[in-house]
Amino acid sequence: MLNKIYVSVLFSSLIATALPAMAQAPEEILADITHEARTGNPAFKGFSASQGEIFFKEKHGGEWACVSCHTDKPATPGKHAKTGKLIQPLAPAANPERFTNPAKVAKWFKRNCNDVLGRVCSAQEKGDVMSYLLTVKN
Amino acid sequence: MLINNKLRTLIAATLLTGAISASARADDDEDHRPFAKNKVWQSECGECHVAYPPGMLPAASWRVLMSGLNKHFGSDASLDKATAREISDFLEKNAGRRRHESTPLLRITETRWFIHEHDEIAERTWKNPRIKSPANCAACHPGAESGNFNEHNIRIPK
Repeated sequence: MLNKIYVSVLFSSLIATALPAMAQAPEEILADITHEARTGNPAFKGFSASQGEIFFKEKHGGEWACVSCHTDKPATPGKHAKTGKLIQPLAPAANPERFTNPAKVAKWFKRNCNDVLGRVCSAQEKGDVMSYLLTVKN
Repeated sequence: MLINNKLRTLIAATLLTGAISASARADDDEDHRPFAKNKVWQSECGECHVAYPPGMLPAASWRVLMSGLNKHFGSDASLDKATAREISDFLEKNAGRRRHESTPLLRITETRWFIHEHDEIAERTWKNPRIKSPANCAACHPGAESGNFNEHNIRIPK
Protein backbone atom coordinates (compact mmCIF):
# COMPACT_ATOMS: atom_id res chain seq x y z
CA MET A 1 0.00 0.00 0.00
CA LEU A 2 2.74 2.47 1.01
CA ASN A 3 4.66 1.48 -2.07
CA LYS A 4 1.60 2.15 -4.17
CA ILE A 5 1.18 5.59 -2.62
CA TYR A 6 4.85 6.35 -3.09
CA VAL A 7 4.75 5.36 -6.76
CA SER A 8 1.58 7.35 -7.26
CA VAL A 9 3.03 10.47 -5.62
CA LEU A 10 6.20 10.17 -7.66
CA PHE A 11 4.19 9.71 -10.83
CA SER A 12 1.93 12.71 -10.11
CA SER A 13 4.99 14.91 -9.56
CA LEU A 14 6.52 13.69 -12.81
CA ILE A 15 3.37 14.56 -14.74
CA ALA A 16 3.21 17.96 -13.05
CA THR A 17 6.77 18.76 -14.14
CA ALA A 18 6.33 17.38 -17.65
CA LEU A 19 3.10 19.16 -18.57
CA PRO A 20 4.16 22.83 -18.81
CA ALA A 21 7.04 21.85 -21.09
CA MET A 22 4.66 20.28 -23.60
CA ALA A 23 2.31 23.23 -24.01
CA GLN A 24 3.26 25.71 -26.72
CA ALA A 25 1.92 28.96 -28.03
CA PRO A 26 0.19 28.79 -31.45
CA GLU A 27 2.99 31.01 -32.80
CA GLU A 28 5.57 28.39 -31.81
CA ILE A 29 3.63 25.68 -33.59
CA LEU A 30 3.33 27.93 -36.64
CA ALA A 31 7.11 28.47 -36.47
CA ASP A 32 7.62 24.69 -36.65
CA ILE A 33 5.35 24.51 -39.72
CA THR A 34 7.29 27.42 -41.25
CA HIS A 35 10.49 25.44 -40.74
CA GLU A 36 8.86 22.41 -42.39
CA ALA A 37 7.72 24.55 -45.33
CA ARG A 38 11.18 26.10 -45.83
CA THR A 39 12.91 22.74 -45.68
CA GLY A 40 10.55 21.26 -48.25
CA ASN A 41 10.47 24.26 -50.58
CA PRO A 42 13.46 26.61 -51.04
CA ALA A 43 11.18 29.09 -52.85
CA PHE A 44 8.84 29.33 -49.82
CA LYS A 45 7.52 32.89 -49.50
CA GLY A 46 5.57 32.76 -46.25
CA PHE A 47 2.01 31.92 -45.37
CA SER A 48 -1.15 33.64 -46.53
CA ALA A 49 -4.17 34.00 -44.26
CA SER A 50 -6.40 34.80 -47.26
CA GLN A 51 -5.28 31.63 -49.09
CA GLY A 52 -5.91 29.78 -45.84
CA GLU A 53 -9.45 31.13 -45.67
CA ILE A 54 -10.19 29.98 -49.22
CA PHE A 55 -8.69 26.57 -48.49
CA PHE A 56 -10.70 26.30 -45.27
CA LYS A 57 -14.02 27.08 -46.93
CA GLU A 58 -13.65 25.13 -50.18
CA LYS A 59 -14.34 21.50 -50.88
CA HIS A 60 -11.40 19.60 -52.27
CA GLY A 61 -13.06 16.95 -54.36
CA GLY A 62 -14.58 15.05 -51.47
CA GLU A 63 -17.79 15.17 -49.49
CA TRP A 64 -16.51 17.53 -46.79
CA ALA A 65 -14.74 20.85 -46.37
CA CYS A 66 -13.16 22.09 -43.12
CA VAL A 67 -16.30 24.17 -42.63
CA SER A 68 -18.51 21.05 -42.72
CA CYS A 69 -17.60 20.50 -39.06
CA HIS A 70 -15.94 23.77 -37.97
CA THR A 71 -18.50 26.09 -39.67
CA ASP A 72 -17.49 29.16 -41.71
CA LYS A 73 -17.27 31.11 -38.43
CA PRO A 74 -14.45 29.27 -36.66
CA ALA A 75 -14.84 31.42 -33.52
CA THR A 76 -18.16 29.67 -32.89
CA PRO A 77 -18.70 26.02 -31.89
CA GLY A 78 -19.04 23.46 -34.66
CA LYS A 79 -20.61 20.06 -34.98
CA HIS A 80 -19.19 16.77 -36.24
CA ALA A 81 -20.73 16.32 -39.71
CA LYS A 82 -21.46 12.66 -39.09
CA THR A 83 -22.05 12.16 -35.38
CA GLY A 84 -23.40 15.61 -34.51
CA LYS A 85 -21.02 15.88 -31.55
CA LEU A 86 -20.24 19.43 -30.42
CA ILE A 87 -16.83 20.73 -31.51
CA GLN A 88 -15.33 23.61 -29.52
CA PRO A 89 -14.33 26.71 -31.57
CA LEU A 90 -11.21 26.27 -33.66
CA ALA A 91 -10.00 29.89 -33.63
CA PRO A 92 -7.52 30.54 -30.80
CA ALA A 93 -9.25 33.91 -30.15
CA ALA A 94 -12.34 32.02 -29.02
CA ASN A 95 -10.64 28.93 -27.62
CA PRO A 96 -7.17 29.48 -26.12
CA GLU A 97 -6.51 25.72 -25.96
CA ARG A 98 -6.34 25.49 -29.75
CA PHE A 99 -2.92 25.00 -31.37
CA THR A 100 -1.09 24.68 -28.05
CA ASN A 101 -0.37 20.94 -28.15
CA PRO A 102 1.86 19.91 -31.08
CA ALA A 103 0.86 16.23 -30.90
CA LYS A 104 -2.81 17.14 -31.04
CA VAL A 105 -2.26 19.54 -33.94
CA ALA A 106 -0.37 16.85 -35.89
CA LYS A 107 -3.03 14.23 -35.11
CA TRP A 108 -5.92 16.37 -36.33
CA PHE A 109 -4.21 17.76 -39.44
CA LYS A 110 -3.44 14.17 -40.46
CA ARG A 111 -7.01 12.98 -39.87
CA ASN A 112 -8.85 15.95 -41.28
CA CYS A 113 -6.67 16.40 -44.36
CA ASN A 114 -7.27 12.74 -45.14
CA ASP A 115 -11.02 13.18 -44.71
CA VAL A 116 -11.27 16.42 -46.67
CA LEU A 117 -8.57 15.99 -49.35
CA GLY A 118 -7.84 12.27 -49.34
CA ARG A 119 -4.14 13.02 -48.70
CA VAL A 120 -1.84 14.72 -46.20
CA CYS A 121 -1.69 18.52 -46.35
CA SER A 122 1.49 20.30 -47.36
CA ALA A 123 3.24 22.53 -44.84
CA GLN A 124 2.12 25.49 -46.98
CA GLU A 125 -1.55 24.46 -46.68
CA LYS A 126 -1.34 23.85 -42.93
CA GLY A 127 0.46 27.15 -42.36
CA ASP A 128 -2.02 29.09 -44.51
CA VAL A 129 -4.98 27.64 -42.62
CA MET A 130 -3.37 28.29 -39.24
CA SER A 131 -2.51 31.85 -40.28
CA TYR A 132 -6.14 32.37 -41.26
CA LEU A 133 -7.43 30.95 -37.98
CA LEU A 134 -5.09 33.21 -36.02
CA THR A 135 -6.66 36.25 -37.72
CA VAL A 136 -10.24 35.22 -36.84
CA LYS A 137 -11.68 37.45 -34.14
CA ASN A 138 -14.45 36.74 -31.67
CA MET B 1 9.51 25.07 14.01
CA LEU B 2 7.49 26.97 11.46
CA ILE B 3 9.40 25.21 8.69
CA ASN B 4 8.75 21.88 10.36
CA ASN B 5 5.02 22.56 10.48
CA LYS B 6 4.96 23.66 6.86
CA LEU B 7 6.91 20.58 5.88
CA ARG B 8 4.52 18.36 7.81
CA THR B 9 1.51 19.95 6.09
CA LEU B 10 3.15 19.50 2.71
CA ILE B 11 3.94 15.84 3.36
CA ALA B 12 0.39 15.22 4.61
CA ALA B 13 -1.10 16.89 1.55
CA THR B 14 1.16 14.93 -0.80
CA LEU B 15 0.30 11.64 0.93
CA LEU B 16 -3.38 12.46 0.79
CA THR B 17 -3.22 13.14 -2.96
CA GLY B 18 -1.43 9.84 -3.42
CA ALA B 19 -3.97 7.97 -1.29
CA ILE B 20 -6.86 9.44 -3.27
CA SER B 21 -5.44 8.42 -6.62
CA ALA B 22 -4.47 4.98 -5.25
CA SER B 23 -8.00 4.38 -4.02
CA ALA B 24 -9.48 5.63 -7.31
CA ARG B 25 -7.36 3.06 -9.09
CA ALA B 26 -8.57 0.32 -6.75
CA ASP B 27 -12.17 1.27 -7.56
CA ASP B 28 -11.45 1.06 -11.28
CA ASP B 29 -10.20 -2.49 -10.84
CA GLU B 30 -13.09 -3.71 -8.75
CA ASP B 31 -15.98 -2.00 -10.49
CA HIS B 32 -15.15 -2.74 -14.11
CA ARG B 33 -18.61 -3.78 -15.32
CA PRO B 34 -20.48 -1.95 -16.72
CA PHE B 35 -18.70 1.28 -15.79
CA ALA B 36 -15.13 0.46 -16.73
CA LYS B 37 -13.31 3.72 -17.41
CA ASN B 38 -10.01 4.73 -18.85
CA LYS B 39 -8.93 8.34 -19.31
CA VAL B 40 -7.28 7.86 -22.71
CA TRP B 41 -10.27 5.90 -24.04
CA GLN B 42 -12.67 8.54 -22.72
CA SER B 43 -10.80 11.51 -24.20
CA GLU B 44 -9.77 9.99 -27.54
CA CYS B 45 -12.96 8.09 -28.47
CA GLY B 46 -15.10 10.76 -26.85
CA GLU B 47 -13.70 13.49 -29.10
CA CYS B 48 -16.00 12.58 -32.00
CA HIS B 49 -18.77 10.52 -30.41
CA VAL B 50 -19.87 9.03 -27.11
CA ALA B 51 -17.02 6.85 -25.88
CA TYR B 52 -18.93 3.60 -26.37
CA PRO B 53 -18.49 1.30 -23.35
CA PRO B 54 -16.19 -1.66 -24.01
CA GLY B 55 -18.87 -4.13 -22.89
CA MET B 56 -20.98 -3.29 -25.93
CA LEU B 57 -18.83 -5.34 -28.33
CA PRO B 58 -16.83 -8.54 -27.93
CA ALA B 59 -13.02 -8.46 -27.90
CA ALA B 60 -12.80 -9.78 -31.48
CA SER B 61 -14.82 -6.79 -32.72
CA TRP B 62 -12.69 -4.26 -30.85
CA ARG B 63 -9.56 -5.88 -32.25
CA VAL B 64 -10.74 -5.48 -35.86
CA LEU B 65 -12.04 -1.96 -35.21
CA MET B 66 -8.84 -0.76 -33.56
CA SER B 67 -6.71 -2.16 -36.39
CA GLY B 68 -8.57 -0.05 -38.97
CA LEU B 69 -8.76 3.37 -37.33
CA ASN B 70 -7.43 5.12 -40.45
CA LYS B 71 -10.73 4.15 -42.10
CA HIS B 72 -13.14 4.38 -39.19
CA PHE B 73 -16.69 4.33 -40.60
CA GLY B 74 -15.67 6.71 -43.35
CA SER B 75 -13.36 8.95 -41.28
CA ASP B 76 -9.68 8.92 -40.46
CA ALA B 77 -9.46 8.37 -36.70
CA SER B 78 -5.86 7.19 -36.61
CA LEU B 79 -3.90 7.33 -33.36
CA ASP B 80 -0.24 7.02 -32.48
CA LYS B 81 0.81 3.46 -31.59
CA ALA B 82 1.13 3.91 -27.82
CA THR B 83 -2.31 5.51 -27.50
CA ALA B 84 -3.95 2.89 -29.71
CA ARG B 85 -2.28 0.12 -27.68
CA GLU B 86 -3.59 1.49 -24.37
CA ILE B 87 -7.14 1.85 -25.72
CA SER B 88 -7.09 -1.61 -27.34
CA ASP B 89 -5.93 -3.22 -24.10
CA PHE B 90 -8.67 -1.46 -22.16
CA LEU B 91 -11.40 -2.35 -24.67
CA GLU B 92 -10.39 -5.99 -24.95
CA LYS B 93 -9.95 -6.45 -21.21
CA ASN B 94 -13.45 -5.11 -20.54
CA ALA B 95 -15.12 -6.38 -23.72
CA GLY B 96 -18.58 -7.90 -23.79
CA ARG B 97 -18.94 -11.63 -23.55
CA ARG B 98 -21.78 -12.10 -26.02
CA ARG B 99 -20.54 -13.93 -29.08
CA HIS B 100 -23.50 -14.66 -31.30
CA GLU B 101 -21.95 -13.63 -34.57
CA SER B 102 -19.52 -15.72 -36.54
CA THR B 103 -17.76 -12.70 -38.07
CA PRO B 104 -17.08 -9.84 -35.66
CA LEU B 105 -19.61 -7.01 -36.00
CA LEU B 106 -18.16 -3.53 -35.86
CA ARG B 107 -21.35 -1.56 -35.38
CA ILE B 108 -22.89 -1.79 -31.93
CA THR B 109 -26.24 -0.95 -33.52
CA GLU B 110 -26.11 -4.19 -35.54
CA THR B 111 -25.64 -6.49 -32.58
CA ARG B 112 -28.59 -8.66 -31.58
CA TRP B 113 -28.34 -7.21 -28.09
CA PHE B 114 -28.77 -3.61 -29.33
CA ILE B 115 -31.61 -4.51 -31.69
CA HIS B 116 -33.43 -6.39 -28.93
CA GLU B 117 -32.99 -3.56 -26.40
CA HIS B 118 -34.40 -1.04 -28.91
CA ASP B 119 -37.13 -3.16 -30.55
CA GLU B 120 -39.93 -0.94 -29.21
CA ILE B 121 -38.51 2.22 -30.80
CA ALA B 122 -40.58 3.29 -33.82
CA GLU B 123 -38.88 4.02 -37.15
CA ARG B 124 -40.04 7.65 -37.09
CA THR B 125 -38.40 8.15 -33.67
CA TRP B 126 -35.02 7.21 -35.14
CA LYS B 127 -35.63 9.76 -37.90
CA ASN B 128 -36.17 12.63 -35.45
CA PRO B 129 -33.48 15.20 -36.37
CA ARG B 130 -32.67 15.57 -32.67
CA ILE B 131 -31.70 11.90 -32.62
CA LYS B 132 -30.31 11.67 -36.16
CA SER B 133 -28.72 8.24 -35.78
CA PRO B 134 -28.97 5.18 -33.50
CA ALA B 135 -25.28 5.81 -32.81
CA ASN B 136 -26.19 9.05 -31.04
CA CYS B 137 -26.72 7.42 -27.62
CA ALA B 138 -26.75 10.72 -25.73
CA ALA B 139 -29.87 11.92 -27.60
CA CYS B 140 -32.01 9.66 -25.38
CA HIS B 141 -29.58 8.47 -22.70
CA PRO B 142 -28.50 11.71 -20.97
CA GLY B 143 -25.93 9.81 -18.88
CA ALA B 144 -24.29 8.16 -21.91
CA GLU B 145 -21.17 10.31 -21.68
CA SER B 146 -20.50 8.92 -18.23
CA GLY B 147 -21.49 5.36 -19.14
CA ASN B 148 -24.97 5.47 -17.62
CA PHE B 149 -27.54 3.76 -19.86
CA ASN B 150 -30.01 3.01 -17.07
CA GLU B 151 -33.51 2.44 -18.46
CA HIS B 152 -35.06 4.77 -15.88
CA ASN B 153 -33.10 7.77 -17.15
CA ILE B 154 -34.17 7.55 -20.79
CA ARG B 155 -35.58 10.77 -22.28
CA ILE B 156 -36.71 10.40 -25.89
CA PRO B 157 -36.82 13.84 -27.57
CA LYS B 158 -40.20 14.80 -29.03
